Amino acid sequence: MLVAAGGINNAVLVVVLASAVVYGTPLLYAALGELLAERAGVLNLGVEGMMLVGAVMGFWAVQRTGSLLLAIGVAAVAGGAMALIHAFLVVTLRANQIVSGLALTIFAGAAGLSSYLGNDLNLADQPAKHAFSPFLPRSWRTADVVGPVLLNQSALVYASWVCVALVAVYLSRTRPGLNLRAVGESPAAADAMGINVVAYRYVHTVVGGAFAGVGGACFSLAITPQWVDGLTSGAGWIAIALVIFAFWRPTLCLVGAYFFGAFSGIPFTFQARGILSGVPPELFQSLPYVMTVVVLVLVSSAGARRRLGAPASLGTPYVREER
Amino acid sequence: MPSAVELRDITKRFPGVVANDGVRFEAAEGEVHALLGENGAGKSTLSNILTGLYRPDEGEIVLWGEPVSFASPRDALDAGIGMVHQHFRLVPPFTVAENVILGDHRGEGKKFMVHPRRIERNVAELGKRYRIAVDPRARIWQLSLGEQQRVEILKALYRQARILILDEPTAVLTPQEAESLFETLRVMADEGRTVIFISHKLHEVKAVADRVTVLRDGRTIDTVDTGSATPRSLAALMVGREVSLAERVERDGEIGAPVLEVRGLWAHGDRGGDALRGVDLQVRTGEIVAIAGVAGNGQRELAETITGMRAAADGQVVVDGRPLRGGDAREAIRAGIAHVPEDRLHTGVAPSLSIASNVVLKSYRGKQVTRGPLLRLRAIRDHAASLIRRYDVRGGGPELPARQLSGGNLQKVVLAREFHGDPRVLVVASPTRGLDVAAIETVHRYLRDAASSGVGVLLISEDLDEILALADRVAVIYEGAIVGEVDAGATTVEEIGLLMAGGAG
Repeated sequence: MLVAAGGINNAVLVVVLASAVVYGTPLLYAALGELLAERAGVLNLGVEGMMLVGAVMGFWAVQRTGSLLLAIGVAAVAGGAMALIHAFLVVTLRANQIVSGLALTIFAGAAGLSSYLGNDLNLADQPAKHAFSPFLPRSWRTADVVGPVLLNQSALVYASWVCVALVAVYLSRTRPGLNLRAVGESPAAADAMGINVVAYRYVHTVVGGAFAGVGGACFSLAITPQWVDGLTSGAGWIAIALVIFAFWRPTLCLVGAYFFGAFSGIPFTFQARGILSGVPPELFQSLPYVMTVVVLVLVSSAGARRRLGAPASLGTPYVREER
Repeated sequence: MPSAVELRDITKRFPGVVANDGVRFEAAEGEVHALLGENGAGKSTLSNILTGLYRPDEGEIVLWGEPVSFASPRDALDAGIGMVHQHFRLVPPFTVAENVILGDHRGEGKKFMVHPRRIERNVAELGKRYRIAVDPRARIWQLSLGEQQRVEILKALYRQARILILDEPTAVLTPQEAESLFETLRVMADEGRTVIFISHKLHEVKAVADRVTVLRDGRTIDTVDTGSATPRSLAALMVGREVSLAERVERDGEIGAPVLEVRGLWAHGDRGGDALRGVDLQVRTGEIVAIAGVAGNGQRELAETITGMRAAADGQVVVDGRPLRGGDAREAIRAGIAHVPEDRLHTGVAPSLSIASNVVLKSYRGKQVTRGPLLRLRAIRDHAASLIRRYDVRGGGPELPARQLSGGNLQKVVLAREFHGDPRVLVVASPTRGLDVAAIETVHRYLRDAASSGVGVLLISEDLDEILALADRVAVIYEGAIVGEVDAGATTVEEIGLLMAGGAG
């Protein structure tokens, strides 16, 4: 039964895996960005808002210019600009990071800035002029199993793998990466050794926001591909849980993103195949969010965070010892 | 010898305080120069200025004859100034080697990629040369405080510091470890480096420094050769009058039956693991028993477990023959255990509440304090006013928020509250840390009086002079267990020091 009429590539498991990669990719970008910010000690709960602004601006750019590359750049800049607001509030003004992040998501999210931009720029209901699509040779894409799962994917997927490798090497093998980890673990020690704590926090929060913007653009430029209000539907929140789930390690983010991606893809696949048709589809659709809540609850105690390896200064502004 | 560092008329003001008021300071190449002063004399501010954390409002920093100005700690590091802070600036999950190269941006540090092997080799060599070897691959959280201090010194040496400032470096060391630190400092000075040694311990200053500069109230009082100074003359310079150094005083009163017994006490630490591992201890009425040990060997957990702030994992706390259930501060208070905690500002009082509210914090259920559900405010105020008079609390009346008191006066408020409940047992942790000499004398007198009146006193302190001046018996704690007990009248600093390092064996 599992191997249906279209050969192995039509088997449920293969279809679910393929959709895990598709839906996991925006999560992966957003989680990598969140990971960079959190490694600097900045908790950014504005990811969802940054993804939506990235999605709408990226879509606008591709409709205006027809260039996908430029669209990704615009999405990154838009997400980064939002993150700059967060950085200014929490690093310079030392505002509460949770409040600032939530405020940004409310401000920019569904029914907020991203909706306004979508309406104002008349983006709704337009078909995309260009979208990211699989580009590898046809014979590769139809190969058994690896074809649909790994090779029948867009450039955004392959670029995300490169990003994972770059972030992993950056964190573990380079001097700025070492400094970044020191800033997140012990800003006082970093400061005493002449590392500019404020600069490191700004840069990584903003770059993190840019990643979130690209993650949002994955929806409007590849998955959907069009602009629909609130089209990320909570992916930003899943990405935040994912960072914890991955113990703040980029390679585990890759695994976790596809895990959560699978949960996002399962409802569509099951519905299309009529599998477990007695179960209301809403139950499947709620799975990734239930997983998110469970992960966040499990790790919300301070003790658990420390054991999991959360950056020790996460969530706390750095103030030089003053009197 | 040419002078390596010179501070000319440094002034630094903070809102409401002049921390440094025209300070002059000069240290030569190849010398160990002590900076001596009481808490609040301006030593820390001065070192923060020298390391680029603060900018002076007035005055000039001159290094090897060149005036310099530091915009950030990085500038000071680049100019060859290294600092070992009292609270270490280390990244706990990092390895020793990673901590050492942190922030380095010269030589090897210019490279974008990190090469752990080469760095580990360099760090190991450096450690060998200065006899402060530490495993470069160990992670900081695995190291003892003494080893962590070595890492801090290695950091400075790796960055080629020619001037090294150490802020109260012996606070976390056993006397023997302190000796070996002094040897390292001498080696560094003999190479032509300048060591600035900040302390308020007179015998250390005598032991290690060539010259001493004394600060008081933010001003430079004098610079003297250590050879011609005595502890007594230095103390007089530091305090501004003749003082009696802490000395043993015989007390009245008899030592009676055991009032506090601790039997096989185990407790978990904040980070998991066992902080206490089977502590046995006895305090009799009228007796002062001291717990000596290097910081972080379970002292805080012991005080918290006895006073009910922390639940015991195993074992018993017995007061007057009656075992406590444990983990319940109110039960401990009822049993007659009074507690003067280590962190007097945050655990000892509620800092934003008034003195009056703070002195009744433990007795608010009593008739003198409440009538039905309401507080008797006038009675509370009168009670506070009488305690303020009796304990000579200076700085304000009953309505003053506790946090506005100086350390010494704050401690008097805590002592007043704890003594007032007629305790059977008094658990005091580092009661004089950070206090000036006059306040130390007062606190010591109160503790002696408490013992004379029949209270059993458990004194937890890292200050051996204090312990030897006050205690009848000294129990030494190491890694959560009592490793030895000595008679305070017949022991020596060396004997206790050996026990503090984990026992004579």
